[in-house]
Amino acid sequence: MSGRRLLDASFYATMWALALAAIVLLVAPTLVVLIAAFNDTPTIRFPPPAYSLRPFLALADSEDLIDATWNSVLVAGAATAIAIALAVPAALYIARGRSLVARFLDNVFMSPLILPAIALGLAIVMLLSWLRVPLSIYTLIAGHVIVCVPLVLRTTVAALARLDPALIECSQSLGASGWFTFRQVIVPAIRSGVLAGAFIAFLSSFDNVPVSLFLSDARTVVLPIRMWQLMEGSLDIRVAAVSGALVLLTLVLVLVMDRFVGLARQLR
Amino acid sequence: MTTAAAPAREWQLSLPLALYFAAFFAAPLAIMLAISLTSETDRSFVGLSYYFKFFADSLSRGSLAETLWLGAKTTMLCLLLGYPLAWLHGRASRRVQTLILFVIILPLLTSVVVRTFAWIVILGRQGIVNSALLQLGLIDAPLRLLYTEGAVVVALAQIQMPLMVLPLMTAFAQLDPRTHEASISLGASAWRTFFSVTLPLTLPGMIAGAMLVYAASVTAFVTQTIVGGGRLIYMPLLIYQQAISLNNWPFAATVSIVLLITVLALVTAFNQLGRASRGYASA
Repeated sequence: MSGRRLLDASFYATMWALALAAIVLLVAPTLVVLIAAFNDTPTIRFPPPAYSLRPFLALADSEDLIDATWNSVLVAGAATAIAIALAVPAALYIARGRSLVARFLDNVFMSPLILPAIALGLAIVMLLSWLRVPLSIYTLIAGHVIVCVPLVLRTTVAALARLDPALIECSQSLGASGWFTFRQVIVPAIRSGVLAGAFIAFLSSFDNVPVSLFLSDARTVVLPIRMWQLMEGSLDIRVAAVSGALVLLTLVLVLVMDRFVGLARQLR
Repeated sequence: MTTAAAPAREWQLSLPLALYFAAFFAAPLAIMLAISLTSETDRSFVGLSYYFKFFADSLSRGSLAETLWLGAKTTMLCLLLGYPLAWLHGRASRRVQTLILFVIILPLLTSVVVRTFAWIVILGRQGIVNSALLQLGLIDAPLRLLYTEGAVVVALAQIQMPLMVLPLMTAFAQLDPRTHEASISLGASAWRTFFSVTLPLTLPGMIAGAMLVYAASVTAFVTQTIVGGGRLIYMPLLIYQQAISLNNWPFAATVSIVLLITVLALVTAFNQLGRASRGYASA
């Protein structure tokens, strides 16, 4: 009997050990980035021999990184806004459509999530060059919309699926117009879902390298590409500062978004 | 608007997005396919010469094999660590569940570029692993950890792990605890119960997670290039080199189409498996 107990104990020990290893693996890189951001040496050392705010102060003079951040915010904001405008109406159809067309459209709209983004970026640049359209911030935004759409669509469709169709029927049978029903019944019910999707879409566009690599012109350098360049070259201490700032910002935004739209719930 | 007329016109709601995808998704992919099908000797002819070139060249063929193998190794590592984490989440109290959920979601939303940077700090010449090993006296000189395939696998597994754990958590939430109790009370050991009850019943979640991790790993350009360095040429880097450094668009298009079709085929296979496993799990 004790052999049996030992056998069972070995199962729980194994599962716990692997689960704890997973937690360490998930958390460690974030902590490493945060600690490395306060490094007081010109090169990145770990653990830092001394701590200071010097990397962050270096950021204030880095026009390239400030410009890149501004470009990224602009592109991600515009792409997310366009994605919401296009994906929310489409979600109204896809969430309720049982037809083959609805299923087909759903699969097409979701496919950028799994297809290689670098191939998509190259394909769009090939089309633009064939049409002789020069690269600009507008072509960059156009490409990022494709990246954002599936993320907004997914949470919006999920929110619509939770919406009781009786509510819509009620509103309509009481004589409300389609637009009135949309504004007064559907929008309040799906707002959290749309906002959660928009938040993830914004972060995903803000972080995108492969599409931007092909679609941005020489003047429009976005933040992740600038960071990628700095990382490929000599490892600049400013990368650590930007990374630390992004980790902190993400942490704050996630907590705020979770408070207001139940982000964690929406992602499951 | 009457209720009867509403559903008939609802398809129009998806028209703007459908048109947008036609212009910026379908048309570009069609052009890319057309460019990949030009003939190498005479651009006006349709031919498969670039595809023959791709599969005749040991470098590009090797890149495809290495990329698929990388995806397989990353997926297995994610499963090995992610499955016990989802299992723990399923048994934990509400408070611990929330904590685990945040541990999973925070990295998911943190920039991939930032998370890749973390691995440079961990695995670099003066990185954490090397400093620790040097101080312990286990090595005399820093090891080359970056730019190895093992480093890419570990970094990718860390970055894609949430994609594996989230569907598994759903699978565990749907698991009827009575099946587990029944197995234990009938005298099966914890290991036996795990392999003949828990594992088969959570198979749909495993397959869904594996599909997401696999597709994300084989296409993960940033992590592959930075942690892998320029020496490990996976398919996304091959596309980039051919298109930007060598300006060989037809070949870059061919590599892209090969990668696209491979990913689509694998996703379809995973979906079929998932459908079959759902039938099995609910039988």
